[in-house]
Amino acid sequence: MVSDESIKINPEYVYHPGNPLPKLEGHVSRGRFERVLKRGEFAVTTELAPPDSADRTEVFHEAAMFDHAVDAINATDGSGANCHMSSVAVCALLAHIGYSPILQISCRDKNRIAIQGDILGAAAMGVCNVLALTGDDVSAGDQPEAKRVFDLDSISLLTTIQKMRDESTLLSGRRLTKAPAMFAGSTINPFVPPVESRVSQMEKKIDAGAQFIQTQYCFDMPMLKDFMAEAVDRGLTERAFILPGVGTLASANTAKWLRSNVPGVHIPDSIIKRLEGAENQKKEGQKICVELMQQVKELEGVSGVHVMAYKQEQYVAEMVKDSGVLGDRKPWAPKNEY
Amino acid sequence: MYKARLFASKHARAYEAMYNASSPIILASLRVLNKIVKGKLDKPITWAEKKTKGFLFDCQMCGNCVLSTTGMTCPMNCPKTLRNGPCGGVRANGNCEVKPEMKCVWVEAWAGSKKMKHNHKIQEIQFAVNNEHKGSSAWIRLANEDVKAK
Ligand code: SF4
Repeated sequence: MVSDESIKINPEYVYHPGNPLPKLEGHVSRGRFERVLKRGEFAVTTELAPPDSADRTEVFHEAAMFDHAVDAINATDGSGANCHMSSVAVCALLAHIGYSPILQISCRDKNRIAIQGDILGAAAMGVCNVLALTGDDVSAGDQPEAKRVFDLDSISLLTTIQKMRDESTLLSGRRLTKAPAMFAGSTINPFVPPVESRVSQMEKKIDAGAQFIQTQYCFDMPMLKDFMAEAVDRGLTERAFILPGVGTLASANTAKWLRSNVPGVHIPDSIIKRLEGAENQKKEGQKICVELMQQVKELEGVSGVHVMAYKQEQYVAEMVKDSGVLGDRKPWAPKNEY
Repeated sequence: MYKARLFASKHARAYEAMYNASSPIILASLRVLNKIVKGKLDKPITWAEKKTKGFLFDCQMCGNCVLSTTGMTCPMNCPKTLRNGPCGGVRANGNCEVKPEMKCVWVEAWAGSKKMKHNHKIQEIQFAVNNEHKGSSAWIRLANEDVKAK
């Protein structure tokens, strides 16, 4: 583990939150993630699990594992209803050294007053992307006795972000002297009932202001194909960038546990059989993930892929490389000398 | 009542018709009443709304009624009180992530809405509840808004 003192950041690469990249014509943010997507590149995003720690070097250490493999990093917000370092703080730390973090906001823990404050604060610290989420229920975490907030839902949250950014006002109508220039996104789970409503639900999110969409884990390609085909048909892929989510499974048992204990995770039997039959299940899980990335890239209307590798973050860069989805493009990374 | 609520989404088309037919009558009489007694009947009206809609839809008296856009299913029965469609945690059998023994409110709403005449309404964006209206009568508010609009 790196120690705090040993981090030397090349001043050339220090990102000045008050003076970020120039905003390009037709862009809402000054961030690199929006640029990559709008240039029409196939983007790769991943997820960083904020540490159970007050040490910022743990954040830097984790982010460095993704260097040159991803275009943006989601910092989860109390995922699974467990407390970790806040997404706002993780994003601020990362933005400060030039990364392109995606601020996740879950509606579970904060009301509209707190959320609007976080959006302003994050934008002030150079965070250019935001992802609106409902959030797992408190009962999923290790403090089920906590109060559920859910003052907003993800769609009301998107409406809020859009209003703050485009009208430069708070929900109350009070003026902002500077609007938060955030590229806004949300999530969709194409694999849960009512399946035939999934594209409509995504459309509603796009109507509410989602400019990019990251999906829940996809292990069922035929289902994703149907979902994407309908999205293309309905013109939604012209209105938002869609990044299907893929993941690694450490073993057949993990897969079984996930599908029976984590609502919303759909894993077909064929995947579990394949893992069971493998000599090295962990490697096989990564192979599946690599293949899924390649298949996702082949789909019409897809703008990138979102790689979720909880507790296997160290393999993300390798998997992305093996998949070849980036071609010879090398995403930006700060040249920190640790 | 959970059973009555399921029944409502199953028969959303009939409920919609009933609702659309009765709403103007209820609202019109409230408007007249309001003129005569000027708010003196607010309490009994709120009580009546609570009882009727509570029985029929498990209404939670959020004061921002959206039944006619949500397949005649009250979204305030969702443990996350989502008002714009389900979360990503709906179980494979269509039940709720938080309450595994209950059908997801939005699975019902979608099914109910498909049966309704104005079934596109479920796509309308509903901004978050105005918590100031909690516990108050949506009927009275609608009647008053109507008056103001005229
Ligand atoms: S599964 Fe359905 S009812 Fe349960 S919390 Fe999610 S949206 Fe609400």
